[in-house]
Formats: sequence, structure tokens, C-alpha cells
Amino acid sequence: MAEPLLRVENLVKHFPVKGGFFSREVDHVRAVDGVSLHIDAGETLGLVGESGCGKSTSGRCILRLIEPTSGEVWFEGKNVTAMQADALRLVRRDMQIIFQDPYASLNPRMTVGAIVGEALTIHALADTAKAYDDRVVDLLETVGLHADHRLRYPHEFSGGQRQRIGIARALAVSPKLIICDEPVSALDVSVQAQVINLLEDLQQKFNLTYLFVAHDLSVVEHISTRVAVMYLGRIVEIASARDLYTAPKHPYTEALLSAVPIPDPKVKRKRIVLEGDVPNPIKPPAGCHFHPRCPRAEERCKSEAPLLREIAPGRVSACHFSA
Amino acid sequence: MAGSIPAFPTANALSDAAARALPVTPGAEAWRRFRRHRLALAGAVILGILVFGVLFGPWLWPVPINEIDFGAKLKTPSWQHPFGTDDLGQDLLARMLYGGRISLAVGVAAMLIAVIVGTFVGAVAGMSRGRVDIALMWITDLFLSLPQIPLLLLIIYLFRDSLKVWVGPEAGVFVLVVAVVGGFRWMPVARLVRAQFLSLREKEFVEAARALGATTSRQVVRHILPNSLGPVIVAGTIDVAAAIIAESTLSFLGLGFPPDIPSWGRLLFDAKDYLDIAPHWALFPGGAIFLAVLSISFFGDGLRDALDPRKVM
Repeated sequence: MAEPLLRVENLVKHFPVKGGFFSREVDHVRAVDGVSLHIDAGETLGLVGESGCGKSTSGRCILRLIEPTSGEVWFEGKNVTAMQADALRLVRRDMQIIFQDPYASLNPRMTVGAIVGEALTIHALADTAKAYDDRVVDLLETVGLHADHRLRYPHEFSGGQRQRIGIARALAVSPKLIICDEPVSALDVSVQAQVINLLEDLQQKFNLTYLFVAHDLSVVEHISTRVAVMYLGRIVEIASARDLYTAPKHPYTEALLSAVPIPDPKVKRKRIVLEGDVPNPIKPPAGCHFHPRCPRAEERCKSEAPLLREIAPGRVSACHFSA
Repeated sequence: MAGSIPAFPTANALSDAAARALPVTPGAEAWRRFRRHRLALAGAVILGILVFGVLFGPWLWPVPINEIDFGAKLKTPSWQHPFGTDDLGQDLLARMLYGGRISLAVGVAAMLIAVIVGTFVGAVAGMSRGRVDIALMWITDLFLSLPQIPLLLLIIYLFRDSLKVWVGPEAGVFVLVVAVVGGFRWMPVARLVRAQFLSLREKEFVEAARALGATTSRQVVRHILPNSLGPVIVAGTIDVAAAIIAESTLSFLGLGFPPDIPSWGRLLFDAKDYLDIAPHWALFPGGAIFLAVLSISFFGDGLRDALDPRKVM
């Protein structure tokens, strides 16, 4: 098999919990606890899970915006996790990120033109002032904004427009991979559709690859080629979007999907309601992280952590019983 | 494909407005916003008059500051002496115009020292975190806990004479007062800047800059520092005011400038024994300090708002 665009091996991020006298490290939050996945060029991998399951942290660790505790990230055959600052700066021309909150992600004291054009300055991508200006205008028009907007400040724009500015900023370096960290969760439903369509159009136009982090299952189903489901720092299932949504193999995925509202009041469906809450990621349960809430759990699940194993071509699940 | 992406109807409306208001430089925009702030504008006008007065006043009112005339001592204001005279019959207007230079210069110079040192310490602490941060904050707390007035007096007592020999009496005291007053006022700025840095460095727009490959210094200079300066500007104006008052205090205690260099604080010091028979002597320098401090504070408020593009004005 050819090397995928991005390959993540056993990524781990533990945040220290300080306490006691002299702020010793007393424990740590296992935000990401051994995530492995790969993304092929041109596809969209959806990453879903509840709040706090580590999906955003995984995305940031891949870009090394957060330093992972251990594990490896390979991008185009290069080990990103082992890179020094200079090499990392170079690889960031190929990997970009779009943020969730369009209000916090734009510097309020810079004009839109300066925000979008900053990458051109950092990587010396424009030789002349004219080339710089042309490129900024080009980027703004690509995301559906007007050339004159480059002289305005972010607070003069609506949430959807701001998200477009954030997208233009990510596009400035002509990246290959964009990590979309819940890019539509903070937007109105009508604007969500516009931004999703924009992302799809851009993907076709520039042959982009997305890691699409979200908790909205309908959005993920719409945009993703494949979907990875996360629970408490671990990936429990990866499958093509169609397979996952029609025939989930992991009990957690099943429960998650049964919670998606169906826009038809006549359709009745059996809802799987999980018992209890998500366990504390400081002390995750032994064995399978999901076993205290799993309807199918047996004795074995309490001690033996299930590995992600291939149950069908291109389809992995971390459950002892999925087949 | 780009053609198929619909632009917002609102986006077009916005751009029309933008096209009409296009040739606005950031400086002109800031000035427009500043003018909306009535009190700040009043402060700027008063401050402008004060600065103009102390810079050019000695030419417009060419009376020597040390012309002793015992025939006209402790005179109340008149056409001949608009601000009256002191116990030696020296013209108070001339002395105040000259002394204002010292007071305002001390204020501005001490503020610059406080803001530069404070911003530097706060920025280093906020960016490095860990041990460096803890050490710098210990030093800041240490300075905050020092009894300032006794220490000021001690430092001035110890170094005044050697500095006088080195750079001359007037410049020597000036350097000393500025260094001492500024050196004791950087801590609030450092704490302010550190707190701003700690919160701003985690903001998503800084993360975005990091993702674009911005170096740490670029993140600080372009993203973190400009967003942390609002409170610093206000703290800076308060520092100017506080430094003017601190200089007055030192001079009032007789440890600032010598009697032949009549800063506003020194004038107050000299006037205190005659408050009952010649209140005008204390009222004019006191009023000048009051006006300067107040107008600088309003000016700072207006400046902060004018430089913040988020504020709708």
C-alpha cells in the first residue's frame, strides 16, 4: 500500500495535574491515549466523539501546536514529531488548521488583509508589494469575500464571514492538509451549510485533504469519506462514512448514532441510552475504556483492553465482540 | 469553482460602505475616534496648553526666575505679577513656567522607564512561564513590598552628591529622581503585562500564527503585545501622574531639586510656611499639578479607546 499523506502512530498526550505542596505533578489527564490513524491524499477523515474525548487535542498534536507526550506523526514520509523548529516551520506550509471559534481566532488589531497575508510574509511567498496584495485579494475572493474587505477589521464581520477569513488565512500557504477543528460548531445552521459547501468546493479546487473534527454527526456524515469515532482518548472505530452510519460495529458508535435526531416525527427508532457519565480521564477504567457503560460488556472487558483490529477491509474496531 | 461560491448579500452591502470610506489611514481613524471622547479631548487641550506654556512660556513672559525684589514680596496676583510673588519677591509665573518643564519631564521620563522595564519583565515572565516566571514574579513582589519613601530618601541621600559631581547639579538630580521614581513604579505594569501575556498566548489567533510558522518573537510583537497594550497605556498615564506627584513629594520633603530649580513640588514646599498669609503661592503650583495629572489621565483613557479597533465610537 502506498504511504498515506498523514499517518499517526500511537499518539499520546497527557496533561499534568499539579497539586499538593510545591506544585508537584500528582497525576495526569490522559487526553489522548494512543491514537493511530491515517489519511490518504484527497480524502476527508471525520473525527467524532463527545466533548472532552480528545479529538481537538489530537488535531493540535498532529500539528504540534501541542507537543505530544509520545507517539509519531508522519506527513508525506517525514516524521513531524522528530522535527526541529526550522523543519517544522517548513512543513507547516503543508499542514494548516481552521479553528472552531471565529471570534477568538482572528487578531482583533490586525486588518483582514494583514491576517490573511501574514503567512506570505513569514514564508516570503510574495516578492513585491503588488504580488502580496494580489494574492490577498485572490484569497479573499476564493472564500467568497470582497477585495475591499482586506482593509477592515475582524469585528466588522459576522461569524460566517470571519470563518471565511480564517479559511483564507489557512489557504495562503497552499497547504495539502487542513485540520478543521469544529469549523462550523459555533455558527448558525444556515451559515454552517454555506461554510461546509465552501470547504467542499475548496477541496475539489485545490485537491485538499481534511481532518474534520466535529461532534455533529450529520455534518460529519455529509462531508467525510471515512469516519473515526473517539471515546475517552482512544479511537474505537474507523470505517467509511457509509458503512459506519448504516452498520456500526462498535457498541459506542451504535449508541452515538442512535442519538442523531431524524428530521421526521413519524419515524420511530430504538434509542440506546447509555448509563452513567463519561469516566474521569485522569482515572480511566481498566481494560476497555467503554466497559462500565457498555450494554455488551463481559468479564473480559474489565481487564483486557481491546486493540483496534481489522474486521473488514478498510474497517477497524476496538471491541472484543465486533465481527 | 470559486465562481459558484455565493458571496453574502451583507458582504456586498458592507463592501459598498467600505468603498466609500476607503482612503482612511489607521492614524486618521484613531484621531477620529479620539475626537469623539469629549473628556480626552479636553484633557489633550489642557495638556497641550501646559506643554506649550512650559516650552515657550519663558520667551513669552521673559522675567528672570531669580530676580529678587524685596519691595514686592508675597504680593497677590496683579497685572505686574499675574501669579503673585514669593517671600523674596520673585515672580511666580516665571518660576512656574520654568518648573513645569522639570515636573512634566520627570513625569514622562519616569513613566517611560516604568513602562519599558515593566513591559519587558512582564513579557519575559509571561512567555517563559516555569522557573523564570516564578523568579521574576518574586523580584516583582519583593520590589512591591519595599517601603518606598524611606528607600527613596536613602537612595537619594547616598547618590545625590556623587551624581552631582558627575553630570552637574540639575541633570544629576533629574537622573536620580527619574530613575528612582520610575524604578519603583514598573511592578504594576509588569504584573499587568504578564497576566495579559498568560491569557493571550493561549488565544486561538496566536495559535493560528504559530500554525502559520510565526517565530516566538513575531508572535509577541505582532499578536500578543499589541493586544496587551490597552491596560498598559492607562497604567502609563497613571504613572506620569504618579511620577509628577512623587517628584513633588520628594521636593516637598526637600530631597528633590534644590531651591534654585523651582519644580512645582519645590514651589509647594517653599510655600507651605506661608499658607495663611500667601495662599496664592501654593494654589498655583498645586492647581498646575492637579490639572496636569487629571488631563493626562483623561488623555490616556481616550488614547486606549482610540487605539482599540473593537470599540465602537
